[in-house]
Amino acid sequence: MATDPGRLPQVLILGPKQGLGRAFSAGFHFIKPWESTMPLNLFLAAHAAAVRAVISTALVAVDAPLIRALPSLGFVFTTSVGVDHIDLVECARRGIAVANAGAIFSRDVADYAVGLLVDVLLHVSASYRYVLRGLWPVAGDFPPRCKLGGKRVGIVGLGSIGSEIAKRLEAFGCSISYFSRNKKPLFPYTYFPTVGDLAAESDVLVIACALTEETHHIIDKDVMLALGKDGIIINVGRGPLVNEAELVKHLIQGKIGGAGLDVFEHEPAVPEELFRMDNVVLSSHQAVLTIESTNDLVELAMANLEAFFSNRPLLTPVHGTT
Amino acid sequence: MASLGVLLVVSVDSYLEAELDRRFNLFRLWESPPSRRREFLQTNAPWIRAVVGSPNGCADAELIDQLPNLEIVANFGVGIDKVDLPRCRERGIRVVYTPDVVTDDTADLGIGLAIAALRRICDADRYTRAGSWKDKGDYKLTSKFSGKAVGILGLGRIGLAVAKRAQGFGCPICYCSRSEKPNTNYKYYPSVLDLAYNCHVLVVACPLTDETHHIINREVIEALGPKGVLVNIGRGSLVDEKELVSALLDGRLGAAGLDVFEHEPHVPEQLFGLENVVLVPHIGTDTVETTKAMSDLILDNLAAYMLNKPLLTPVFGSALFSTRICALF
Repeated sequence: MATDPGRLPQVLILGPKQGLGRAFSAGFHFIKPWESTMPLNLFLAAHAAAVRAVISTALVAVDAPLIRALPSLGFVFTTSVGVDHIDLVECARRGIAVANAGAIFSRDVADYAVGLLVDVLLHVSASYRYVLRGLWPVAGDFPPRCKLGGKRVGIVGLGSIGSEIAKRLEAFGCSISYFSRNKKPLFPYTYFPTVGDLAAESDVLVIACALTEETHHIIDKDVMLALGKDGIIINVGRGPLVNEAELVKHLIQGKIGGAGLDVFEHEPAVPEELFRMDNVVLSSHQAVLTIESTNDLVELAMANLEAFFSNRPLLTPVHGTT
Repeated sequence: MASLGVLLVVSVDSYLEAELDRRFNLFRLWESPPSRRREFLQTNAPWIRAVVGSPNGCADAELIDQLPNLEIVANFGVGIDKVDLPRCRERGIRVVYTPDVVTDDTADLGIGLAIAALRRICDADRYTRAGSWKDKGDYKLTSKFSGKAVGILGLGRIGLAVAKRAQGFGCPICYCSRSEKPNTNYKYYPSVLDLAYNCHVLVVACPLTDETHHIINREVIEALGPKGVLVNIGRGSLVDEKELVSALLDGRLGAAGLDVFEHEPHVPEQLFGLENVVLVPHIGTDTVETTKAMSDLILDNLAAYMLNKPLLTPVFGSALFSTRICALF
């Protein structure tokens, strides 16, 4: 006998259908706005009272107005690691629990960060373009590149992504140091109390920290100056962690050696000056996106929902919420 | 001491060339047009006691036979498939090469190509530069690298370095080699076909010999399969390139990252524009630091030879020969 959907906990899914459209569990009723022809605001108003949980992506602002429009809301699951799009203060006030993607994406992001660094230093994409243009038989070998081994890598943010990046680059013979809000005594890497100090002692900076008010533009002109003209910046965190206009200027003027960028300040807009540069590798905020992690993510979302609705601890709670 | 006459077969590195010119009596083979090469060699043979070459051209039987006073061959690279080793042995000609210094760079590139192929890093870069993120939306989902089984063909220095890096990604390692290596925990397969069936990413890192020519053939490629990735950082002719191209076009092989080709600098144009392929122009050891280290190693070996001191990196010399070749594969 099928359970009347109206008697199941109502879970609202916000954000693009891709990935989340597969959310399924017999224990919940999923409200999917894209299955209705109603305008979103009317659709939400029609279902608001019953919604007990929300699954959203980082593209949806789970802000105070939205939260207030959902009087029965008890739980928010975001498919991202970052929670800067969620009003955590309002959630705490209302006693709403929040969970995120935890460490599901960490390895994929770390893999991509290493892939970007290898590409920038070893000129993989640039020399591939050289081949595609038919230049190898005509213009000879591609100009030599720089060695990766022995490079001093400074990681900004030694969380689960930063530590996975560190582990990988150690195996390439890089020396690792880091900046983090707090020192991490369990890791054998050198700690620097400021990003500027870290940059001064690094050949490469990998940005893998969360975006908060404090970390906005944490990679600024001074940090780029400290890193130096041969320095490389890899950003797999959030675009606004880096002062993008300054970075572009530094790259144009040869004051920075190169960059691997998966994220930008005003996505999907990417500064077009970068398109002509061979010492830069670009991607479309896809460090997290693999087939495998997307499948894992749907499972994690379901597991968190089940935990919430059976009063068990969440698998990937965001600190500072119930 | 009479200056050593050195024949530089191909232009390799400007620093090396300048130093050879400064320290020795240098002859540059390419200064004579191919039609007059025999004459050039005949004229200068009395003085030529050393040959310096690279994987683009070194000392084949024909050249060796035209140089009766040849005593030592120096190969700029660790792959010595362009040196006729049996002929050198017969003539008592010493051969030196540049192992170790190239290991890390080549292994770095091997892993870089694997990640680039699976995660489509180069195609994503192209997509972003074309402005497609704004016009067409997000790039598609790609395939995870961490944790995938990595199979290495040839567990020499480079193969071991690839394994060490792959382990940092949690990849289980297996390998195929002429013989099982005693000091590793990696799973051994005696045949490259078994290796291909049992891994997701196959990294080719063995030397090119008569036995290993086209060792990656149609059967091996199909065993690797429509989700498999082939990375070649060895020599182009280790892979049957026609079969590889056909398999990639048909989708019988998932992806490929290639640093070497059968007929360099020519790369099969049918592969151009495939999003699951990364093609780089034999850049494996092309770093400023390593190129200098290789040049210095060649120069130091020649200096040692002139002073009757032990060679630093001989390919063979009594018992070293077979152990070194085994270590490569």
